[in-house]
Amino acid sequence: MIAIVDYGLGNIANLTNALTYLGYEVKVTHDVEELEQADQIILPGVGHFKDAMTRLNELDLIPELNKLKETKPFIGICLGMQLLFEHSEEGNVDGLNFLPGQVKKMTCQLPVPHLGWNKLDAPNVSLNEDVYFIHSYKVHTEENVVAKATYEDDVVAIVQKDNIIGIQFHPEKSGDKGLQILDQALKGGYIK
Amino acid sequence: MIKKRIIPCLDVKDGVVVKGIQFKGLREIGDPVELAKRYNALGADELVFLDISATQTGNALMIDVIRKTAKELFIPMTIGGGLKSIEDISAVLNAGADKVSLNSAALKNPDLINETSEKFGAQCICIAIDAKWEEDKQDWFCYTHGGKQRTDIRTLDWIKEVERRGAGELLVTSMDYDGMQQGFDHKLLSIIQKEVTIPVIASGGAGSAEDFISLFLETDVSAGLAASIFHEQEVSIQQVKDLCDSKGVPVRHV
Repeated sequence: MIAIVDYGLGNIANLTNALTYLGYEVKVTHDVEELEQADQIILPGVGHFKDAMTRLNELDLIPELNKLKETKPFIGICLGMQLLFEHSEEGNVDGLNFLPGQVKKMTCQLPVPHLGWNKLDAPNVSLNEDVYFIHSYKVHTEENVVAKATYEDDVVAIVQKDNIIGIQFHPEKSGDKGLQILDQALKGGYIK
Repeated sequence: MIKKRIIPCLDVKDGVVVKGIQFKGLREIGDPVELAKRYNALGADELVFLDISATQTGNALMIDVIRKTAKELFIPMTIGGGLKSIEDISAVLNAGADKVSLNSAALKNPDLINETSEKFGAQCICIAIDAKWEEDKQDWFCYTHGGKQRTDIRTLDWIKEVERRGAGELLVTSMDYDGMQQGFDHKLLSIIQKEVTIPVIASGGAGSAEDFISLFLETDVSAGLAASIFHEQEVSIQQVKDLCDSKGVPVRHV
């Protein structure tokens, strides 16, 4: 069973739809017992970084997430990926600090948000597909980067450190190829 | 490199897809879930459903359409039409929409833009604008209620305001070009994309695959939207994308 962490932020209907379509059993929950029973944890998120951290704090989920990330595949998607890092400019707050890196507002000549289909660039060429991005902040890190995209500058698109994976784009909205990438994350990720 | 998006728009009335020409004359052309799946398979980069029911029963049917579509379709889906409150918006997003498109409701109550953006994030709010040129005023004005009611709001003022209030994207329909099938309104679209930093979806006037090429070569908009030419199969999304390839316009292939 996959547990999607329910902290009241963002649209998780479609993530649930995609996982169900892939044949997984899904529970949307913030119940500690259910989270601990799960085989994999997905931290979703759409919206504001500070609101997300506030909600996680209010639900007292942060110690639990710290525990879960030691033992299970732990996948952060979109804002959920950004939360894995040290700090964000969005609300100027600290994140979960599972991975080294900073989240900063995108500054470029091209329109922001970075919205639309953009190609991944990864040494693992099976990842080099067009996927759907929609975000205005991005992660700055030199470490654990599995795939990037180019939007004037580099955009960190996938990170992985052991069992912790972050996906900046929306694999659940990136067609069949996105579903494959999501499935791969649940099956251990991109690093062999 | 970011791809130019090709987006079919499906007008839905009481749970059934219809087509509007110059915003008038409706006729049914099919089951939205089936059409959505067909467009997904054909390479649509995104789908827009415009609910033109304007009745509670119709809006409830729309929720059902969204829910069914979202279970089978894994590309972005935008819902517009008849969304008046944060509750309406929540319902649509919870049913599986990725973005909402607001037009009349935003013009009537601009704070709804801020509220939506703060609650759900800028990425899920697209402001739809029906713009019409007025020769005597030498300017574009915004229209509401499917193009039936003129407002005194200048389009070029409104785009700046909605961006400031937290919109994540604009869907700009040129009422002067809509239904004419003679190409997009490059003048209006170029000006708008220069005035805002958020992405712009161009709408109104597509009549051929070449019209998309001209749009992308002559303006900086992010996407082109069309309804009738795709529904009537006058032009396929694949034809548009193949032509884009040959002209060096980056597009996604399925």
